[in-house]
Amino acid sequence: MTPKDRKNKRLVGLFLLGCVLFNYPLLSLFNLKTMVFGVPLLFFYVFTGWTLLILLAAIATKTRSRPPSKPADKTRP
Amino acid sequence: MLETGVILFVSFGYMGLLFAIAHYGDKRADAGRSIISNPYIYALSLAVYCTAWTFYGSVGLAVRSGLGFLTIYIGPTLMALLGWWIWQKIIRISKIHRITSIADFIASRYGKSTTLGGIVTIIAVIGIIPYIALQLKAISTGFFLINQYPEISVSFHFSEIPILGDTAFYIALLLAIFAILFGTRHLDATERHEGLVAAIAFESIVKLAATLTVGIFVTYFIHNGFGDLFQKAAEYADVKNSLSGDSGSVSSVIFDKYLLIKGQGNSFTDWSIYLLISMMAIIFLPRQFQVAVVENVNEEHLNKAIWLFPLYLLAINIFVLPVAFSGLLRFPDGSIDADTFVLTLPMVEHQQLIALFVYLGGMSAATGMVIVETIALSTMICNDLVMPVLLRLPIEALGLRRDYSGLLLTIRRGSIILVLLLGYAYFRTIGEFYALVSIGLMSFALVAQFAPAMLGGIFWKGGTRTGAICGLLAGFAVWVYTLFLPSLVQAGIISQDFVTQGPFSIVLLKPFQLFGLQHFNRISHSVFWSLLANIGFYIGVSIFSRPRAIDHTQAALFVDVFRYSGKTGESHFWRGTANLPDLKSLLIRFLGKRRTDAALADYAEERKLSWNYLVTADADLVSYAERLLAGAIGSASARVMVASVVKEESLGIEEVLNILDETRQVIAYSRELENATAELKKANRRLQDLDRLKDEFISTVTHELRTPLTSVRSLAEILHTNPGIDGDQHKSFTGIIIKESERLTRLINQVLDYEKIESAQMDWVITSADIKEIIQDAVASTRQLVEDKNITIDYELKDHPPPISGDRDRLVQVMVNLISNAVKFCGADRGKINIRLTTSDKQVRVDVQDNGIGIKPEDQIKIFEKFQQVKDPARGRPYGTGIGLTISKRIIDFHHGKIWVNSKPGIGSTFSFSLPITLEAALTR
Repeated sequence: MTPKDRKNKRLVGLFLLGCVLFNYPLLSLFNLKTMVFGVPLLFFYVFTGWTLLILLAAIATKTRSRPPSKPADKTRP
Repeated sequence: MLETGVILFVSFGYMGLLFAIAHYGDKRADAGRSIISNPYIYALSLAVYCTAWTFYGSVGLAVRSGLGFLTIYIGPTLMALLGWWIWQKIIRISKIHRITSIADFIASRYGKSTTLGGIVTIIAVIGIIPYIALQLKAISTGFFLINQYPEISVSFHFSEIPILGDTAFYIALLLAIFAILFGTRHLDATERHEGLVAAIAFESIVKLAATLTVGIFVTYFIHNGFGDLFQKAAEYADVKNSLSGDSGSVSSVIFDKYLLIKGQGNSFTDWSIYLLISMMAIIFLPRQFQVAVVENVNEEHLNKAIWLFPLYLLAINIFVLPVAFSGLLRFPDGSIDADTFVLTLPMVEHQQLIALFVYLGGMSAATGMVIVETIALSTMICNDLVMPVLLRLPIEALGLRRDYSGLLLTIRRGSIILVLLLGYAYFRTIGEFYALVSIGLMSFALVAQFAPAMLGGIFWKGGTRTGAICGLLAGFAVWVYTLFLPSLVQAGIISQDFVTQGPFSIVLLKPFQLFGLQHFNRISHSVFWSLLANIGFYIGVSIFSRPRAIDHTQAALFVDVFRYSGKTGESHFWRGTANLPDLKSLLIRFLGKRRTDAALADYAEERKLSWNYLVTADADLVSYAERLLAGAIGSASARVMVASVVKEESLGIEEVLNILDETRQVIAYSRELENATAELKKANRRLQDLDRLKDEFISTVTHELRTPLTSVRSLAEILHTNPGIDGDQHKSFTGIIIKESERLTRLINQVLDYEKIESAQMDWVITSADIKEIIQDAVASTRQLVEDKNITIDYELKDHPPPISGDRDRLVQVMVNLISNAVKFCGADRGKINIRLTTSDKQVRVDVQDNGIGIKPEDQIKIFEKFQQVKDPARGRPYGTGIGLTISKRIIDFHHGKIWVNSKPGIGSTFSFSLPITLEAALTR
């Protein structure tokens, strides 16, 4: 499997994750009259999920451009 | 500060800035130093998705149906994740086939069908004109509102404004000029419009900045952040409830209305369907196709755009809900249209600069969309609607002109102006009655109709032209019935009864509850029925219709694009040749002389050709020319034009079969190759086995030689050092020495014999021989061996056997071999050897039976082969060299006889050979 295929599979996986996150019935679990951190729960859920998805996509596409060595990882403590 | 003059100056100044940026971008592109060739600009240009509908309309949609507005942006986020899967494929196909619009794409996929291209174009124009109208309305509204400052105008009617006094009209004209200048500079639409993309990217920055500015201002300056705003909204709802005597719980109303997915027109189904159509829109809206596919510089840019573009969408939406709540709090009486909150909030707070910036942001959102969309539509109208008609005109009418490139550009420019004027006219007549949101969603629902033909086209080879046409028409018809006709009702053109009672009072046909389907809002209802009809017809008709040869070809080229990604493209499928001057003049007509020469020079250089020697253009060149033309006039028209100069028609079914046949032959060749390889491998393995056996043989032989040598040497040493050894012992020692020397001689003779037989250098002495004598001689010469082990030998020899002819000594050797072999494996003292001679008319047969250890069945064939010894792990290395039987077999073979063995382990073995009686003929041969 080439790095490109792997990347592709990850992204398709993220797509499926997104489809599950933003559809019934998962969505209905957060469809409540509740506030978290001062914002409505559903609003919070949608934006958090959205941000997470973008973040994961950024990570998934990043490793592709520098395949074998991961200098970014090494700098982490 | 916000006087009319200033606003006009800023508006037109902004347009001037756009012109400057586009001009700079084009200049840099001409100089070969592109400013747009990076993923950031690509992602920003994709953000042309966010139009005035996003800029003003999101707040309106949030007020009307709560969080549902987010689906319009989450859908594209999901689709972007599939970017490498779908977008890249579309981009690759379009680059190879020089596809410049979505109509061209669908037409090209389904056999370069002009009909299909025309249908897609018409559908796209019908779907997009209202969308353009929406943008012009937004510009007009924005100008009207900000021009009234410091008043906030409560109501206004566009019909009261004279056309010549409407800023939107002038902006529309300016946009037309912009699109013409930067969108139709060249004819070949595959050449990207770098200046245009640069301007669009700039507009994306402006609208994002404006949205964030107003969002931050409203959330953190008017109020104290998100929490505060939501709190106030809840309290306000409570107050309102207590005033009206409603006994709702705390903030329950605001939750129900804005913060939950609940109620009519905002169900989970609607949510999912909105997600679906926005996913389709991000790919199939003509402007998205233009920026994502046609203007794509490098496929790799997708890599970053996949997450940068969704990030942009997230950012532009984060403050929508706060602005909506803030607007609701500030204008509690509902007198101000929620679509305008973005602009009216800063105005009512007297923040003139912010208001002006927001006005500009709205304008950037609207103009960006209008520019790209009109260019995309003009390409479609020109290539897929006007050109096919023009090309059907009598040849003389066309033949008079030498150069069509001017004509084509005129058509394109004309259609840009036409599209804009149509948009403006729509806005002035019907658009006023609609909120921004409904128009946008209607367009989305229509654009989603392209999805089955497009996605089916790139992933399913079975889709046919008829299927695509039927699907598109069915989906379009349902859309017209469920969304477009009712919109005319709203504008007062059709009677209200059509919606409330159904046509001719047939309740089942009510356009918003077709066949009684309920609990869907209007858009989801329409999307459901139209896509159902579309997909149903597309698949159903495709399955039952018979594809033409060219359909197969295009289907394979599109679906397997990554396999055929070579430069040759479809030359395999065009067998035609053309007269080069004809082909060249055709190209010159549509591309102009300079560009034709340049393109042909590229072609020649790539293939190291010289034009001087070429008279006819081969299939490869013909399809190259067709692709060049396709960039200029669309693939369907290009095919018609090229067909007019090409000698042969395109492929018939027979030629396709030929191609298939060639493929089959190639497969057959490769299978043969595989077989040959397998044989070689087998031979190689056999050689390796033989090599190993030879090594073993050599080590066996040397071992066999060393044993007697060692004993001879040690005995000779004893005799040498002890001269006084007594007579008997002396005699016994020398006896052993003699015996061992004989054994050595025998061994060496054996090896030499073997070598001679193998190299066919044996001297055979053929005489008439008596087989009985041969046996007796052999027994006599092995007597010592037999007696040593105290083995008994029985004979059953027939008297007077017929004489055979052969080499007597060699046959004795065979017998000696067999007997000594038998002795070798018989136990001492109790061994028994039985020799039988039987004769028949044609042959004599000799059996040598022993009661030794026997041979396992799997070894019985092997023992006659070269260097084979039966190995018994329990007994270790067998005695002898293992070549005795091989030599015997060679000798018997020479005499045209047979040698074989019957054996049972533990009971004994019978070695037999038979020799033909009349041998002369065979031997002298």
